[in-house]
This record gives sequence, structure tokens and C-alpha cells, in this order.
Amino acid sequence: MLRYTLLRILGAIPTLLLVIALAFLMVHAAPGGPFDDERALPADVEANIAAAYHLDEPLPQQFLRYMSGLLQGDLGPSYRYRDYTVAELIGTAFPYSLKLGALAMALALLLGVTAGTVAALRQGTALDKVVMGFSMTGISIPVFVIAPVLVLFLAVKLQWLPAGWSGTTGMSRYLLPVITLALPQIAYIARLTRASMIDVLSRDFIRTAYAQGLGTATVVRVHALKPAMLPVLSYMGPAIAAILTGSVVVEEIFGIPGLGQFFVRGALNRDYTLVLGIVVFYASLIVFLNLLVDILYGAIDPRVRYR
Amino acid sequence: MSGNRSIRVTAGILLAVAIAALVGPWISPHDYATTNLENTLSAPALSNMHLFGTDDLGRDLFVRTMLGIRVTLLVAIVASLVSLVIGVTYGAIAGFVGGRLDAAMMRFVDTLYALPFIFFVILLMVAFERNFLLIFVAIGAINWLDMARIVRGQTLSLREREFVEAARLTGVSTLRIVFRHIAPNLVGIVVVYVTLTIPQAILVESFLSFLGLGIQEPQTSLGALVDAGVKHMEGASWSLLIPATLLALILLCFNFLGDGLRDFFDARHPS
Repeated sequence: MLRYTLLRILGAIPTLLLVIALAFLMVHAAPGGPFDDERALPADVEANIAAAYHLDEPLPQQFLRYMSGLLQGDLGPSYRYRDYTVAELIGTAFPYSLKLGALAMALALLLGVTAGTVAALRQGTALDKVVMGFSMTGISIPVFVIAPVLVLFLAVKLQWLPAGWSGTTGMSRYLLPVITLALPQIAYIARLTRASMIDVLSRDFIRTAYAQGLGTATVVRVHALKPAMLPVLSYMGPAIAAILTGSVVVEEIFGIPGLGQFFVRGALNRDYTLVLGIVVFYASLIVFLNLLVDILYGAIDPRVRYR
Repeated sequence: MSGNRSIRVTAGILLAVAIAALVGPWISPHDYATTNLENTLSAPALSNMHLFGTDDLGRDLFVRTMLGIRVTLLVAIVASLVSLVIGVTYGAIAGFVGGRLDAAMMRFVDTLYALPFIFFVILLMVAFERNFLLIFVAIGAINWLDMARIVRGQTLSLREREFVEAARLTGVSTLRIVFRHIAPNLVGIVVVYVTLTIPQAILVESFLSFLGLGIQEPQTSLGALVDAGVKHMEGASWSLLIPATLLALILLCFNFLGDGLRDFFDARHPS
């Protein structure tokens, strides 16, 4: 297990480096500097600014400077939000995104696994068809369509829930964003769980369990759930990425001051250091969480350790 | 049989939508860019031929929606073709050559899977002005991973089959084996995955347009229309609901079509 874990960690490092280098290159290959669209500055002022932000150095040197800053947790200054460093901006915004994403993921797992298991146990019945129909719809309809439609009906027309972020406090303001973000994942996890649960329930050891006189609830809980969860676990990586992507839209629609909103603003304002910083931060987060999933997978299913 | 029916129904709906998008703007008396500030955000009505109402600049939403469908479908199809070419080539090489090269190529795909691609596309859009061609290529370039994996797996198993062995024994050249014996057996699975890539490409395009990073005014796409609709949903809910419904319908149809085709080509794995 230790060997497997170490190998996984070693494997994650080149991925991370590749991502950072790619993002860095893309940002620096962009035509025009971050200060270009303001009034034309005198040449010496421009040179001073370039020197202050080290933009006059050769690219490899800039990259090394960035990397050494990164290792010390320094993502550089923001070009637009003067007086703030990128790390400070991420620090204020990330807690909102984290709460939103974690709640959505928890909800998706809880409802998705439950719905999928129920559908698998009632395979072929009307209930199964309803769950599967709902889940196909949930997979197909994008977050940015679900979100405004839910706001329109639940918040604007029926006024059951708060529509916006500002002006409300407490958990109720998280309700609609979390549901929106979780819906497609609930749908996907339900499909995965159903398929793998059907597969597992047809195995011999389940028949043996039934033959021993165990009830359906015990068989599912004790014997079937763990092997049936493996495909769901390996979907966690893409699910995390999807939730992060989705939260960009959800934050934008509900006006949540999270990282996704900063990212879009940064992109529109050409705040390169902020955009780069957020990409690097998110990519590291995804690589780290994927690593965690991999290690967890190895712990649950010993077979993958020796492939 | 039910798979067959779902293919026919969804393909029929998609065809109808595509024809409406092609013919609609041509029949309507309005065009997509003419503004009319005296008739903004009007409700859908037959009397003035604004079938879907007008937007905040008084432009006809029916024509704009049809135009949006055209752009959305076009982007999706071109992007899927890009991903098809990259994915099939990559997967076929890895699968056919096998061994170390295969392992290295697939490890690279695994690495790419872990990346938050959408952030890179946004970065790309910011860095290099938003041009139409780039959207196609960018979306295609991020959607080839599934295709590569599927094609590689299929090629790997085909390579070991008796008929390929037989061809090799009778002295058929490698190139000819690939094109004559292996490629035809890949068609089914490739068709299925192209169908399933199209909705993904649509999603990415509308996602970008929704954030204001995609297609530029006065051109439009379904994502851009949904974005515009959100801004006026309290007074003019139709401007949100119509493009949102159409987008959802198109995505749903492509997903069902892909599912139906998968059942059709591969009877052993009914979903």
C-alpha cells in the first residue's frame, strides 16, 4: 500500500508541473500586456511598470521566479485589484466556493446513491423508469439552464426561497445554489450506481448471502454496497472537476462572491495574474483530490495496487 | 425495438429543429440584427410576427433563436469532427501498436483527464481574442479523450481476433489490415461516441457564450440567448424559457440518440 501511495504521489507531480507550465505559457503568450488598454503611458513609466512586475525579464526567468514564489505560497500581485495579492483574493473567495462545492457533492452522493440503489432493486418497474428518465434529463440539461429556471419559479414566481445572495443570511441562501450544482451529479451518480448495483446483485456471493437467509436490506448494506461503489468512486475525479466548473456559473447567477466569480471577472478584465493564480490553484486542488481518490481506491480494492 | 424507436423519434426531432433553424429566418419578415427601441421586450405575438417576442433592443427573438440554433449546431458538429479526427487517430495508433507506446500514450490521456479543461479554454479565449475558429478547435481539442480511449480499447481487442491473424498470415500489409479489416469494425462505436460528443461540445460552447466569452454580438448562440434571457427573466420570462427549453431539448435528443445507437450497434450491453 505504501509503495502504491508513493507511486501515485510521484505520478501527480509531472501532471501538476505540466498544468502550471501550460497555464503560465498561455497567459504570457497573450498579445498585449495587462496595462495596455489604459491611456498610453510615457515610455519610461511603462518601462518602470514592466520592471516592477518583472515583465522585462526573459520568459524562462519569469517562470522560475513564478515557481519559486509558488512554492512559498506567493502567487504574485493582482494586476487589477491593486494593493491585493492573488493569494489574498483567493483566500477571501475560496471559503464560499468550498462550502458550496462540498455541500453539493455531499448532496449528490447521498441522493444519487440512494436513487440508483432503489432503481436497481426495482429494475424494470415504473419507479425505475421514472428515476432513469429524470437522470437522463438531469445529465442533459446544463447548470446554467437549470439555475435561472429554478430561480424564476421557486424564487421569483413562488417566492419560497431567496433568489439572490446579498440581503439574506444563514443557510437558506445556499439552498438553491447547492441544489442547482448537485442536480446533474445526482443524475450521473444515480445512473452509475444503478448499473453497477445491478451487476453486483447478479454475482454469486450475493446469491449465497440470500441463501443464508439474510434480508434484502442487509444484503445490500453489508455485501453489495461496497463493491457497487467502486465505479462511483472512480467517477469522483471528473465529478469534482464538474462541480468546480459548474460553480463558476452558479456563483455568477446567484451573485456569490466565490472563486468562480473572481475567475470570470478576472478573465473579462484581463487580470492575468489573478486568472493564472486561480487556474493553478484549481488545477492543484483537482490533482490533489484525484490523488486522494486514487489512494482511496487502492485501499478499498487491493487489485488495482498490483496492476 | 424500443432502441430503434428512440433513434427514429430523437433523430426526427433534431431534423425538425435543424430545418426550422435553416428555413425560419428566411420566412420571417424580421432579421436578426435590426433593433427597434420602441418595441423592446414584447411578448410573443402572431400579429406583428414576433413569434418569440423581442429582446431588450427590440430585435426579433424568433430569428435570433433560429440563428442561435444554427450556430450552436455548427459549432458542435465541427468541434465533434475535430475531436473525431484526433481521438480516432490517437486511439487507433495506441491500440494497434500496443506495448510501451500504448502505455505511455494512455498515461498521457489519464493525465489530461485530470485537468480542468474548461479553465484552459477560458484562458485561451482571454489570451487570443475570441474568434470563431478558435472556439471550434478548442472545444474539439478537449473532447477527444473519451473517443481515444474507446477506439484504443476496441482496436486492441480487434487486433487479436482470428480474421486479423488470418489476414496477416496471408501476407496482407499492415496499412491494409488497418483500413480494410480494423477500421470498418470501428465505425459503429465511433458513430455512437460522435453522437455523444456533440452534446458535450454544445455544452462547452453555450457555457462560454453564457459567460460572455463565446460568440460575439450581434451574432448569437443558444447559450448567449439564455444569458440574455436571465437578465430579463422577471419581466420577460419567455426570453429565458424559449432558448433554455430548446437548448435542453437538443441536448436531451442527442443524448437519447447516442444511447439508442449504442443499443443498436451493441446488443450485448443494453443500458
